[in-house]
Amino acid sequence: MTTITKRKMAYDKFTVLKSSAYPLPIENVDTDQIIPARFLKATERKGFGDNLFRDWRYNSDGSPKKDFVLNDSKYGGRILVGGKNFGSGSSREHAAWSVYDFGFRCVISSFFADIFKNNCLNVGVLPVQVSEEFSDKIFAAIEADSDTEITVDLPSQKVSLPSGESELFQINTYKKENMLNGFDDIDYLQNMMPEIDSFAAKRPF
Amino acid sequence: MSNTLFDKVWDSHVVRQIEDGPDVFFIDRHFIHEVTSPVAFLGLESRGIGVKYPERTFATADHNTPTINQHLPVKDPLSANQLETLERNAAKYGIRHWGLGDENNGIVHVVGPEHGITLPGATIVCGDSHTSTHGAFGAIAFGIGTSEVEMVLSSQCIMQPKPKKMRININGELSFGVTPKDVALFIIAKLSTSGATGYFVEYAGDVFENMSMEGRMTVCNLSIEMGARGGMIAPDETTYSYIKGRTFAPKGDDWDIALAYWETLKTDEGAVFDKEFNFDASEIEPMITYGTNPGMGIGISNNIPESKNIEGGKATYEKSLNYMGFSEGDAMKDKQIDYVFLGSCTNGRIEDFRAFASVIKGRKKAENVTAWLVPGSHIVEKQIREEGILNILEEAGFELRQPGCSACLAMNDDKVPAGKYAVSTSNRNFEGRQGPGSRTLLASPLMAAAAAVTGKVTDPRELIDNNN
Repeated sequence: MTTITKRKMAYDKFTVLKSSAYPLPIENVDTDQIIPARFLKATERKGFGDNLFRDWRYNSDGSPKKDFVLNDSKYGGRILVGGKNFGSGSSREHAAWSVYDFGFRCVISSFFADIFKNNCLNVGVLPVQVSEEFSDKIFAAIEADSDTEITVDLPSQKVSLPSGESELFQINTYKKENMLNGFDDIDYLQNMMPEIDSFAAKRPF
Repeated sequence: MSNTLFDKVWDSHVVRQIEDGPDVFFIDRHFIHEVTSPVAFLGLESRGIGVKYPERTFATADHNTPTINQHLPVKDPLSANQLETLERNAAKYGIRHWGLGDENNGIVHVVGPEHGITLPGATIVCGDSHTSTHGAFGAIAFGIGTSEVEMVLSSQCIMQPKPKKMRININGELSFGVTPKDVALFIIAKLSTSGATGYFVEYAGDVFENMSMEGRMTVCNLSIEMGARGGMIAPDETTYSYIKGRTFAPKGDDWDIALAYWETLKTDEGAVFDKEFNFDASEIEPMITYGTNPGMGIGISNNIPESKNIEGGKATYEKSLNYMGFSEGDAMKDKQIDYVFLGSCTNGRIEDFRAFASVIKGRKKAENVTAWLVPGSHIVEKQIREEGILNILEEAGFELRQPGCSACLAMNDDKVPAGKYAVSTSNRNFEGRQGPGSRTLLASPLMAAAAAVTGKVTDPRELIDNNN
């Protein structure tokens, strides 16, 4: 087996992102909405962005639903701001892929579902959890001006609005290093295979 | 030091603790299926690495499979391609594979326990959030993403921060007509769909101690629906007698050694949880959901809550009720329904078919109802035949389909049409979950059976005798 001693980039590095954002102030957005199950039939990671929020974004005849935020030309950017408990439900990583493939690098919410958050970190989308108060401020700022640029500064773990209001967010040191360098976990694990093998040898089943 | 069941199993699987980072966490048993594994195998290929411990991974086809005419080629080319890809990858890397038509095939969370692959004290993952099912045996089991599937294939480890601990105690005796599904929907309604996010749950108390393995699996299966990564129940005699003799369970001396270890797997007196809830079994009645997440459930004799009594945003609540075509204050009882789905990793086991049959026996399927009865595996299907349940179903005008995930997530042809109502024993009532525009009411197999014969939402206690 190949021994990997260096870690390679798995996705683009994330440092500071300054961008306008799409607001989606709905709570409990589940991964079945982010990408419905019928679009999980691919065997390659291709084209998932086209079906991001498929049933909220398109009518059954394929025409866009005008009132859905992704179809509203006044919004744009690489940040998605979602309501509380974003990404609940199915563990499908396809949800994180579709968010990434659409062009988002960051999702902001006052609360994330566990698996979705993990999946985002593994594919290079930064999940930024803010307080409900700050989340409300972000939504209000975008509502007042759809071009509002939000700055997500990973090195200083800070998200800020043009008004100067800002909030710090949490990310563990290991995952932060990964995101800053574009690393994933597989190379890390490959580099510790002897340790894993001796552990495995002692497992009773 | 006093430890919880969860601590004991978790801590014994930590290969390395990363400072201010996740644990490198060893996985004993790994399940894969056709939908969330292909990209993981592609990842291995592009890195030029292989599957490290193929004997620890088990493959079954379930998410995409048709539930009729399984002997014929799969019509949908994309589904067929996923099934072939799974078979090819399994063969290439020497992974055991129970494909479509194999006598051991079925829903991953049904076949794992059936074959004794699921064991107390083990760590089990799968690219499927309902992997929490296996916690019923005192295992730590949870769903993962495809990147993590690739990690397990290539190193048998994933990187996970240790979750916080929650215990949910329910003591007392369940009332007549109240099933494990009702217990789970009750808990989720109390805690909400995100109430246990960040936690791993232990279920404790009389209700779970007196529950069958099938019932415990239903409860643990639904842990994810309140946001918990997983749920677990301490193993006991019920667990051991279920496991003993199954294909992959330890045998002979190995059994004795395993049993001695399993008997240590309980939460010590005085162990501390980050959060603890206590409920009384008598509070629980047959449950049904009215909204678009599993936390939106009520006892059958209650009405849909008014938005002013609901935590969270009014807009989200109204959107949900609007989707369902319901109004605040409505009774769920007597609402007309169109479809009934019995099956899934939540309620597709033999006990669920026995419960369903107990209600429909001697009755007829309602004319207006389309019913899909889908066993969780071929072994369940065989039991249904052998126990005479099939005759009861057929006499009442029902057909039995072939095993698979089916209408739970509607990846195959089993789709509920837009606007139609389905009483489903599955796990999610999200918008469009059972087909674009479909409206799902989650309930127990008893409630599903009652709806199937009356054509409307019905309290199953009105149709069954209380022999107690």
